[in-house]
Amino acid sequence: MTTEHNKATIDKAQELISALEQNDKTSIDSLLDELTKQRETQLFQELGKLTRELHESMSNFKLDARISDLTEQDIPDAKERLNYVITMTEDSANRTMDAVEAALPVSENIKNRANELHNEWTRFRERDMNVDQFRQLSTDLDNFFPLINEGSTMVHDHLNKILLAQDFQDLTGQIIRRVITLVQDVETSLVDLIKIAGKRMAPVETDQEVDKIKAEGPQIQGLDDANDIVSGQDDVDDLLSSLGF
Amino acid sequence: MKILVVDDFSTMRRIIKNLLRDLGFNNTQEADDGKTALPMLQGGEFDFLVTDWNMPGMTGIDLLKAVRADEKLVTLPVLMVTAESKREQIVEAAQAGVNGYIVKPFTATTLSEKIEKIFERG
Repeated sequence: MTTEHNKATIDKAQELISALEQNDKTSIDSLLDELTKQRETQLFQELGKLTRELHESMSNFKLDARISDLTEQDIPDAKERLNYVITMTEDSANRTMDAVEAALPVSENIKNRANELHNEWTRFRERDMNVDQFRQLSTDLDNFFPLINEGSTMVHDHLNKILLAQDFQDLTGQIIRRVITLVQDVETSLVDLIKIAGKRMAPVETDQEVDKIKAEGPQIQGLDDANDIVSGQDDVDDLLSSLGF
Repeated sequence: MKILVVDDFSTMRRIIKNLLRDLGFNNTQEADDGKTALPMLQGGEFDFLVTDWNMPGMTGIDLLKAVRADEKLVTLPVLMVTAESKREQIVEAAQAGVNGYIVKPFTATTLSEKIEKIFERG
């Protein structure tokens, strides 16, 4: 209560005392009314202040949009992205194993044929072979060369497939980095939340300029806006050719 | 032909280097972001740049812009190999003067086709 306020009350009180001494009923009534009103006004002001503070704390808490973004959007989003990591790593593992399984019998076959021919060739060098057997060896050798050629091309292709299947490390790495950033954001927000609970805090700035070409790592079908992203290399080629490429 | 492969993931650099070797390009060097790549390009007589987009330090799009802004490198063919697949990003790269754009994951055939296309246009 201000000194000025106190002085006004004292003045009123003294007026009341003199009114009482003079037994001035009208003045007594009006002075008592004024004093009561003064008290009530103070009470309402305090109550108003409390209500406002409570309201502000509540809306600060609600308006901390980063928290609601995190819970409504980013965390479910991160779950989807991590599921995509599982899908990608599984796919890479399967592609690798498919290629290995396809290449192994090819190289096995080449190895067996080479062993057989090696034995035949040794017999020929040791002159342990008649003319018919030699003719057979000659035909077998003729057939063996295209087999090596075809087989090694096939193994080469499968090795390239295995090589390409390792691209998951880059793509999933980019996604996991993004999720790590999210986890750090959650941590920061939780710390902020504790601060809000402890003492009042200014609302967190949430308006962020959206950078449309900012690198974000692999876009995920069904998660990122389908209209914004291309559906594959053909789509990229179409878009570039529409730009005169 | 001397080629610089720029990607922050060493596995992807190895994949691209191996695919390039398979296509007959044996002279490749590596950098892990635009910041390391740019001085190499400026001093290294490279004939071709293959770069990722999303990299810490200096991104591929900034590297592309820096290359196009450098009078010695302005005509250097640049192929972008990236997981960034937003239309705006592809348009941005095209406007910055990229010569080819491949989205990850990609196939060996796509890589060879794009390289062929870049050099036939030469």
